Amino acid sequence: MMRGRLREGALLFPGISWLFVFFAAPLAIIFVVSLGQRDAYGGAVLDKGLSFANYLRALEPSFLPTVANSLKYATATTLLAIGISYPIAYWISRHGGRRKGLLLILVMLPFWTSWVIRTYAWMIILRDNGVLNGVLQATGITHDPLILLNTDFAVVLGMTYGFLPFSILPLYVSIDRVDVSVVAAARDLYSSPGQAFRHVTLPLTMPGVIAASLLTFIPAIGDFVTPDILGGAQTTTIAKVIQSLFLSARDWPFGAALGFLLILATVIGTVSTLRILRAEVIG
Amino acid sequence: MEAATNAVPEIRLRDLTKQFREVLAVDHVNLEIRTGEFFSLLGPSGCGKTTTLRMMGGLEAPTSGTVEIRGNDVTRQPPERRPVNTVFQNYALFPHLNVFENVAFGLRRRHETKDEIRRRVGDALALVRLTGLDTRSPDRLSGGQQQRVALARALVCQPMVLLLDEPLGALDLKLRKQLQVELKRIQREVGITFVYVTHDQEEALTLSDRIAVMRAGQVEQLGSPEELYDRPRNRFVAGFIGTTNILDGEVVSVSQDRSVVRLGTGELCPGPGRAPAAGQPVELAIRPEAIELRAMPGGAERASSLGGSPDGGASALRGNIEQSAYLGTGISYIVRTVGGQLVTVLCTRPADRFDTGDLVELAWEPASALVLAPTDEPGQAAAQSKTDAQEA
Ligand SMILES: Nc1ncnc2c1ncn2[C@@H]1O[C@H](COP(=O)(O)OP(=O)(O)OP(=O)(O)O)[C@@H](O)[C@H]1O
Ligand SMILES: [Mg+2]
Repeated sequence: MMRGRLREGALLFPGISWLFVFFAAPLAIIFVVSLGQRDAYGGAVLDKGLSFANYLRALEPSFLPTVANSLKYATATTLLAIGISYPIAYWISRHGGRRKGLLLILVMLPFWTSWVIRTYAWMIILRDNGVLNGVLQATGITHDPLILLNTDFAVVLGMTYGFLPFSILPLYVSIDRVDVSVVAAARDLYSSPGQAFRHVTLPLTMPGVIAASLLTFIPAIGDFVTPDILGGAQTTTIAKVIQSLFLSARDWPFGAALGFLLILATVIGTVSTLRILRAEVIG
Repeated sequence: MEAATNAVPEIRLRDLTKQFREVLAVDHVNLEIRTGEFFSLLGPSGCGKTTTLRMMGGLEAPTSGTVEIRGNDVTRQPPERRPVNTVFQNYALFPHLNVFENVAFGLRRRHETKDEIRRRVGDALALVRLTGLDTRSPDRLSGGQQQRVALARALVCQPMVLLLDEPLGALDLKLRKQLQVELKRIQREVGITFVYVTHDQEEALTLSDRIAVMRAGQVEQLGSPEELYDRPRNRFVAGFIGTTNILDGEVVSVSQDRSVVRLGTGELCPGPGRAPAAGQPVELAIRPEAIELRAMPGGAERASSLGGSPDGGASALRGNIEQSAYLGTGISYIVRTVGGQLVTVLCTRPADRFDTGDLVELAWEPASALVLAPTDEPGQAAAQSKTDAQEA
């Protein structure tokens, strides 16, 4: 009994140490910094007394539009990513045949290039004299260049593109696990293809949809590169604000407070989403 | 027979064919399944039984040929519009729905009222003896219970035909026997046509009114269990239905009610009167229970003289008992004849007891030996029916 426990503990050791070093410890550091005061040259002063003043500042209503903006981008990105990924994952699983492995590698191929470089590539495609406008004007579809860069559209497009692999993979796994004969049974029991999807395939792949949503929504909320490069200077998101508080405004304690709140909100949001959906879908 | 040919068959397959890339899974199958009968598709693994059944249900589109249900051509109809329901090989229960909702699935798609659904699901669960398990999840049921849910789910929709794909294949022998009896009872109670796929010849013989024996995508023989057992058309059917001894030889002489056949080993044995002319090659099939063993004087010494007793022309094989197995209902012996041919014999009379090595004579009624038609190779048969189809 004791030895069994010990062995189980030993198996968990690498994981727990990883979580401690790379999640719990940084989180604790951020929390401590967020209680301090701003140092004129960057960094944080902790010996002048700790307080929750930065949290009160963070909850001021002036931040609401920024938070709303972040939620808007993340939600739009998640919906779009699921909408695009589901058919792709479905097709690979059902019609990929022997090429499934190759197709999945192709899905991950963008990861071979840096995130920032890929985002700049979108900038080159989307700007006024960029690739897309060039094609549209050359073919005579438009006369004046369309304003695409520095719009909400560009931000959501860039994020959706970037997080697509994160949503395709969990969807693929859950679709691939659905036994085709269960779908055949639904057809046999008077379901049209659409009804079979709605009443059988979709509920059975709901865990994959949830996983894909979380894996898209969470990085989308924290992404500051895409809103910065494709959204332009006037686009503000909570992640961009945090980034500038650390790197240009030199207000570490306030940045730390915002960051801590963002992580807290994400964890609470994730856990309650899983709870609610598990109770509804699986239970 | 007469009445059945006049009536519109429940299901009629005409030249039904399915080609999967390089595999010809079903090859010009023609079948008429009668209303209310228990019809089985029997054949070895991979012979196209499931594919044929799926084409009846609309789950697989035929490459060519047609499927008719009660005279209506349903070949192009999707499964949801066909009046048939299927019990799948691995049950295919909906894992996210409980027993009640699994059974109610088809009724809900057809927008039955709440009360109607509750009543009919209750009846269906009672029919398969699962009352009280409504809220169980399928993954918390035993194999036999899952099987019953699958059956209830298909029957509750009151289809004209129930298609069953090896429904008992995954169960152990005892449960299988028990459910066979129940399937037969349920079929009598609901009175609809059952089309039953199995590779278990015993199961097919026990349950069916008629059986189609399939091989390599084609129907080898169609008939009642008795017909298939007593008059298999060829070596394949004879070998597939029950155990049988198949003896290759040449006809020596034919008289009115009997013939004499010389086996490849040179020994003579009796054959039926309806046999090819003398000098023709022939395949004889003799069931183990049709052979009688007679003790021969000489005890355990090895038989040596070739052929039967030339006196009176009573040609009979002689040999030594090589193996015996007690089966409960009788004893099965394997006899090695003088010429080296192995013959299986089933003795049901306890008086006939022999020991290994005993010298015996094998006797059978000439008429109980059956002359088989030469078995054509699957490839040849396929080529043949293709030219037939082209001519037609
Ligand atoms: N979807 C498919 N794609 C390609 N070949 C298939 C497909 N389905 C069946 N086949 C092939 O068609 C042939 C007949 O298959 P089928 O499933 O009808 O056999 P079966 O008689 O039901 O066998 P079993 O007793 O093993 O279930 C087999 O050779 C099989 O490999
Ligand atoms: Mg099969």
